[in-house]
Amino acid sequence: MTYIAKPKLHHPALQPNKVGFTRRDYEGKISTLCAGCGHDSISSAVIQACWEMNIEPHRVAKLSGIGCSSKTPDYFLGNSHGFNTVHGRMPSVLTGANLANRDLLYLGVSGDGDSASIGLGQFAHAMRRGVNMVYLLENNGVYGLTKGQFSATADKGSASKKGVANSDAPIDTVSLALIMGATFVGRSFSGDKEQLVPLIKAAIGHRGAAFIDIVSPCVAFNNHAGSTKSYDYVREHNEAVNRIDFIQSRREITADYKPGATVDIQQHDGTWLRLRKVHPEYDPTDKVAAMNHIQQHQARGEVVTGLLYYDPDSNDMHANLNTVAQPFNRLDEQALCPGAAQLAKLNDSLR
Amino acid sequence: MKQLSATNDFVIKFANINGSGSASANELFAKAILRMGVPVSPRNIFPSNIQGLPTWYEVRVNEHGWLGRRGGVDMMVAMNPQTWDADVREIEPGGYLFYDNSKPLPASKFRDDINVIGMPLTQLCNATYSEPRQRQLFKNIIYIGALSVLLDMDPEAIAQLIAEQYKGKEKLLAPNLNALKLGRDYATDNLQPIGLRVQRADNVGDRIFIDGNSAAALGCVYGGATVCAWYPITPSSSVAEAFQRYCAKFRVDPDTKQNRYAIVQAEDELASIGMVIGAGWNGARAFTATSGPGVSLMTEFIGLAYFAEIPMTIINVQRGGPSTGMPTRTQQADVLACAYASHGDTKHVLLFPEDPHECFEHGAVALDLADRLQTPVFVMTDLDIGMNQRLTAPFQWDDSRRYDRGKVMTAEMLDEGREFGRYLDVDGDGIPFRTYPGSHPDKGSYFTRGTTKNAYATYSEQGPDYIYNVQRLLRKFETAKNLVPQPVLQEASKTTRFGVIYYGSTSPAMSEAFASFEANGHHVDTLRIRAFPFSDAVSDFILNHEHVFVVEQNRDAQLRTLIVNELGIDPARVIPLLHFDGTPITARFITREIEELMQALNAQTLRQDKVA
Repeated sequence: MTYIAKPKLHHPALQPNKVGFTRRDYEGKISTLCAGCGHDSISSAVIQACWEMNIEPHRVAKLSGIGCSSKTPDYFLGNSHGFNTVHGRMPSVLTGANLANRDLLYLGVSGDGDSASIGLGQFAHAMRRGVNMVYLLENNGVYGLTKGQFSATADKGSASKKGVANSDAPIDTVSLALIMGATFVGRSFSGDKEQLVPLIKAAIGHRGAAFIDIVSPCVAFNNHAGSTKSYDYVREHNEAVNRIDFIQSRREITADYKPGATVDIQQHDGTWLRLRKVHPEYDPTDKVAAMNHIQQHQARGEVVTGLLYYDPDSNDMHANLNTVAQPFNRLDEQALCPGAAQLAKLNDSLR
Repeated sequence: MKQLSATNDFVIKFANINGSGSASANELFAKAILRMGVPVSPRNIFPSNIQGLPTWYEVRVNEHGWLGRRGGVDMMVAMNPQTWDADVREIEPGGYLFYDNSKPLPASKFRDDINVIGMPLTQLCNATYSEPRQRQLFKNIIYIGALSVLLDMDPEAIAQLIAEQYKGKEKLLAPNLNALKLGRDYATDNLQPIGLRVQRADNVGDRIFIDGNSAAALGCVYGGATVCAWYPITPSSSVAEAFQRYCAKFRVDPDTKQNRYAIVQAEDELASIGMVIGAGWNGARAFTATSGPGVSLMTEFIGLAYFAEIPMTIINVQRGGPSTGMPTRTQQADVLACAYASHGDTKHVLLFPEDPHECFEHGAVALDLADRLQTPVFVMTDLDIGMNQRLTAPFQWDDSRRYDRGKVMTAEMLDEGREFGRYLDVDGDGIPFRTYPGSHPDKGSYFTRGTTKNAYATYSEQGPDYIYNVQRLLRKFETAKNLVPQPVLQEASKTTRFGVIYYGSTSPAMSEAFASFEANGHHVDTLRIRAFPFSDAVSDFILNHEHVFVVEQNRDAQLRTLIVNELGIDPARVIPLLHFDGTPITARFITREIEELMQALNAQTLRQDKVA
């Protein structure tokens, strides 16, 4: 980490995007995480994705729980409102925030302790409810801030820094998200920006609960031989099912690919996703097949990455609750208060 | 034999079996008396069960309008063999036992100091109806019919209520009216008149009849709540259900048919309060309804909301706890748990409604206070108010009333160059400005967290920054003192050195006790506390009296502890008077206890005088 404040001056060569912001406008405070932490790469990918998607920074709300990962929302999108909630409870606070104003983009940042242990229930239920959000789980298999205890995503048999083997079965967050009804499920690796940035962009364009598990090595406590969440292990065992060419266009894609080599998916906002297949037989819209594929490959010790599942007909919580289009936090007395005349009628019915 | 004789002043109790359809018949009975202009106060005494266990419905008929539980039973309608012995024991000497004598019972099952009225209800039903469910349901209406004759009630009032109930379901109307007539005819032909009667009066006025949970939910509709997140727990579940019902009626956009509200049944109380906090942070009015065990689960979040200064409303319908506890019995035993909920130095605003009318008021006021003070606000009702229909003043709303959204800095204000520090005290009242997320492209955003921050919401672990914020929270609490509903003083007809402090559902019993003190020449002033933090009127009241009794429905004198702790009052000045067996407190209990205490204190004074 560094203690040197970032200079405020922008390099004149910095390119503004379509809404007039440079990439620097999407940055936040200086990170206080360890040098080389995977989480910082994820923050950088979020910045890149938001800049490329021309999102106005103040129209984003970023929420997190507690832990190293949950500190990161302070390190990106400095002009967005942020909320560092309590341990494992980001999903419920984000759900409420989303109910209050459906017009913002909600980024939920969590870790494996936060989402797979103390907050497993809230994670599962946010997926069930289809809260319109991007749920980033920065997964390093270890409790960093409390110095190296195993988390619930640590693989059985993997070793801690002190050499102790983990005896408990791991919680596989992508399988869980699939079972719980998430309509967008991906996995990536903090060290693979080429894959991660388009995946985040696709998640932002998705309507409903979009979940991305990002293996993000902890350089201080979980980057040694024997760990299955280290840079070396993930690089050696990364098995991508596809690569996303995210195309922000409302016209159908016409670029030439070999037949059968790509899948095109139109998102609810009209934009298109093009997936370049790495595993030719993999169909990301087939949930059962996706679960099968993930289980088979994980059993071999592989880390299956890419856009694992996508429901093109997804819905979100607001659609399920049939709420008005106008954000609740802008409704006034006129819209909310039934008034004295109705109350007099009601009184009459209670006599 | 002695026969109790009373007009418009008696207690009748129905002993039934849960799930037998008795609840609606018994309610019909109570409402028919109301329609005759005579006040009643019914109370459900029910088990944590859906079908099969005993349940009671106790109706106090009282022309003066005393709505507290009286204690004692003048007439028992004993429809449950399981509880027969206890039910028979409960009847006052000279009182009446009404029962189903289809099967003969041995003489040992009765008492010789009560009047027994047998009616072959099962035989009548079996002779008239063939379906088992009909036999069960109409049995209830038949006994209402018989009682209406015995008590000289107006049959038209009952028929009218049945007609209102089955409006649009005319198929069910005639059989119900027939059952009523069947009961009336049998009683007229076969039963002897009794000493209890209902006589038409004009003492109900414009009051309405509703339960506190529905009233609180309606208060939240009028107060502008848009988000309700909750988890089912007795006795609070009907708050969320009533909110759903009223929103479906009042909050659907007439053009789009879309909802101006969202109700989420969360996975637990941790999630429900989390959602309320998220919505409050983002500028919507949000509330949850729960009971003591739920509050326990919420406490980490309540602390966060206190320090991060997020508006939210918690309706706590108190009951006995913990876990399975006494979920269907009433108590005021969460006062301290809520006043100081969470870790760290926390204090919260509490409101204490006395009846459904105030549940409505406080529901709406809590949403305003939460926004104004940017803090959690508890509405501390209880099972007695929440789950029983009560005669109460009609709801009122002034159409010129505007929601108080508190200090919200808008994009326009930011553009004008107003200084924004999320936790900066600009007005000296301890309340900072907040911004809604998404308001302005480059001004007014902030990062919300617990206490590690300075006045500008920047991360800080510095002692002076911490002290600045928590001292400011104390100033804010001081500001709250004058914003919350103020206590209500009732003075005795003569100057007295005795005072009584009470709150919440103790109100009706206390009003009755006050009248009895006055009648007996035992003068006491009373102060009804309606909120915490306590206004100066509370300490003034205590200091103006030598002895102050604090009447509560809990074991540990929790409000008294709060008074001693927060006002620095000498504990000897405030004498606890506690009722905590799970039944609602009665005027008889208050009168007896206070008169005994007063006598003892007067004797003590005399002795002291002698020594002096």
